[in-house]
Amino acid sequence: MKNCNLIIAGVGGQGVILAGNVIGEAAMSSGYDIKKTDTIGMAQRGGNVISHLRIAQKIYSPIIVEGEADIVMSFEKMEAARCSNFLKSDGIVILNNRAIPPLSVSRGVEHYPTDEEIISILKQKADKIYFVEGTKKAEELGNARTLNIFMLGCLSCFLDIEDSVWRECIIKSLPSRIVGVNIAAFEQGIEAIKI
Amino acid sequence: MSVNKKLLSGNEAIALGAYHAGIKIAAAYPGTPSTEILENLSQFKDIYAEWSTNEKVAMEVGVGASYAGARTLVAMKHVGLNVAADPFMAVAITGVNAGLVVVTADDPGALSSQNEQDNRHFAKLAKIPMLEPSDSQEAYEMMITAFDISEQFDTPVLFRTTTRVSHSKAVVELGDKKETPGVKGVFKHNFQKYIMLPANARFRRPLVEERVKNLASYSETSSFNRIFKGDDKLGIISSGMAYQYAREVFPGASFLKLGFTYPMPENLIRKFALKVKKLVVIEELDPFIEEYVRSLCIEVTGKEFISIIGELTQDIIKKGSYSIGILAENEVKKTEYTAPKLPGRLPLLCPGCPHTGTFYTLSNLGQRSVLPGEKPREPKLIITGDIGCYTLGALPPLSAIDTCGCMGASIGNAIGMQKAGVDEKLIAVIGDSTFLHSGITGLIDAVYNKAKITLIILDNKTTAMTGHQEHPGTGKTAQGEETVAVSLESIVRAIGVKNIQLVSAWDIKALKNSVKTSIDSGELSVIIVSGACAVDLRRGVDPGIIDVNKCTACGLCLALGCPAIQKDGDMIIIDGSLCVGDNCRLCRQICPNKAISPDGARQSERISEEL
Ligand SMILES: Cc1ncc(C[n+]2csc(CCOP(=O)(O)OP(=O)(O)O)c2C)c(N)n1
Repeated sequence: MKNCNLIIAGVGGQGVILAGNVIGEAAMSSGYDIKKTDTIGMAQRGGNVISHLRIAQKIYSPIIVEGEADIVMSFEKMEAARCSNFLKSDGIVILNNRAIPPLSVSRGVEHYPTDEEIISILKQKADKIYFVEGTKKAEELGNARTLNIFMLGCLSCFLDIEDSVWRECIIKSLPSRIVGVNIAAFEQGIEAIKI
Repeated sequence: MSVNKKLLSGNEAIALGAYHAGIKIAAAYPGTPSTEILENLSQFKDIYAEWSTNEKVAMEVGVGASYAGARTLVAMKHVGLNVAADPFMAVAITGVNAGLVVVTADDPGALSSQNEQDNRHFAKLAKIPMLEPSDSQEAYEMMITAFDISEQFDTPVLFRTTTRVSHSKAVVELGDKKETPGVKGVFKHNFQKYIMLPANARFRRPLVEERVKNLASYSETSSFNRIFKGDDKLGIISSGMAYQYAREVFPGASFLKLGFTYPMPENLIRKFALKVKKLVVIEELDPFIEEYVRSLCIEVTGKEFISIIGELTQDIIKKGSYSIGILAENEVKKTEYTAPKLPGRLPLLCPGCPHTGTFYTLSNLGQRSVLPGEKPREPKLIITGDIGCYTLGALPPLSAIDTCGCMGASIGNAIGMQKAGVDEKLIAVIGDSTFLHSGITGLIDAVYNKAKITLIILDNKTTAMTGHQEHPGTGKTAQGEETVAVSLESIVRAIGVKNIQLVSAWDIKALKNSVKTSIDSGELSVIIVSGACAVDLRRGVDPGIIDVNKCTACGLCLALGCPAIQKDGDMIIIDGSLCVGDNCRLCRQICPNKAISPDGARQSERISEEL
């Protein structure tokens, strides 16, 4: 695999950290060096979360420098825009079509960016933007919390990690009673990109 | 033989390293970024792991265990070592019996702390050895070595990590667990070693200096202090996470990587300095290494181009390096890209937080909240605060905390202000874990010195801020055993407080009455507000819904600062996926138009904790 610098963004409670851990396990099982670090605000819940993942033969720093991310994958629309600074000029964005307005927006103090605004911010840097309906699909599966594994399905289309390794790592990371629905979400994620 | 590899955070690696080194005892008080160390250790059922009441107690438990022959780990965040400094300095003199390792997890950039401090100075202050890992692999290996050093040199070892090391995951190659036969703890009486009467302390004093000398020679040969040969034009001395960043910025340079950073290896540093044309130190926070190198009369630079403040990044190193001419201009990113301005996500009390009602009450009585279209009023009351989730009560729209310095300070601060003669009524606000950690002595002072203040103890039955650890008031130990739940009320009563009120966190009227009668009583009073932390309450309840026919959009409910109550154009709505419904009901109590009721029709999908 070529080296990959991956940013995962989202809001506390969306499962960003777990998703990053599964990717880390999958990359390690595939023989790569991997370092991962999360930046989480002081907020217990509802703050933004950014995970940095670096996959290569040998890694020193876990942090991705601005302009060095191959992929930004965001579980929330505006958070993708917030991470645009990390993108390489030929970077890829995978974006869950879901808005979670912060309090300043729901209080009517600030304005939540429109889809056009978000796309225009990302277009300054990104080569390709994939809009996916992760939350919708997860809800249709009957468990909104499978969003993170759906997003892993999307991501798996861009990384050189065997399908069987992904599945193994997902199964290892989740309680057995919810493995089935999460595997279904993973498969839907793959489909969302392949279509 | 296949290698056993695991993806571990620094804290997981620290815990596993200690376990593999054969520890029998671990003691800690929670605090970001150190908390996961004891959380991980508490999973091992063949060792004893405790959440101590505070860091000082954790240190004392650790010292006792070490004296009795058990390898012991003590862990805390950087400011925890301030609290534990007294027993820490004491054990530095007595030395140990079985290995004792003290982890200090520093927080450069104060990402989740009240301050930034470089605890490497503590090693020098206490004259004890220090190890500084730069990733999870080193954290694991150094921890095992740390116990050997501790026993070989009869000294506690300071193990210094930072947020970025503790919380980053990396691949770790694991060794085997050291087999520790289940020997019983034994204390060997030793008058001169363990009893620091002045005469004995003076006797041990030269031994400490001797120890530093021996450790300095050990430092010269430690495998954690290593030269990586590169181009001799530039030599970089670095430690901790800064080393990882520097390696990326200067892939071709020569490096002296220090992992055993006190005492420092003088000869190794001299040797390295002679080999390179220009010598720089790249380190996070204080010029700890740089000042030592300079004290050897070696020409060196460091803080001249690397900020002394905050967490380092590769970008900071690059820009600084360019400014002193050791990095070419084309290596430094031009920032032609300006980041978009987007609405931020401020930290907030959660929907259904039991602290909300108290701060709403204080905000009203203290004239802090401002309704839409109204002007701010002159604030009333002085509300001294403490550290925990409830510190967020300082933020708008509640704005009902006036001071916050360190754990336990609220009570003493209020006493001081009252004695200084302020006119305003004084209220101190403190959480249950914080009260047990370091509030009790303050309250004793208030009783003893006849302070006329009101103390509000916010009893949410957990240590919420750091991720819901047990504490002496919860009735459960770190390893999940049932135990006595220390009663806050009994403590307050036993100290001698006469005016005590017990109030539910969900009853706005009772909260208001209790605060009013307490501050008007003119005597020392304590209110214990009880209500369980909302994070466990999110499922299976009917969220509130606002009746559009009754709501006049007056905005009073917005003054609660509840994230579930939101503005949608001119209307106010409740986000059913966030509201905890019947577990809270605060907004229903304050709505003047009785427009809010439970939405029986909806069993909504909830955003809840991470898996
Ligand atoms: C000396 C010290 N140790 C630990 C911490 C980390 N810390 C901050 S608040 C807190 C405890 C908060 O618990 P509690 O008082 O019960 O309030 P809650 O968060 O539950 O509202 C801890 C452990 C600190 N800031 N200072």
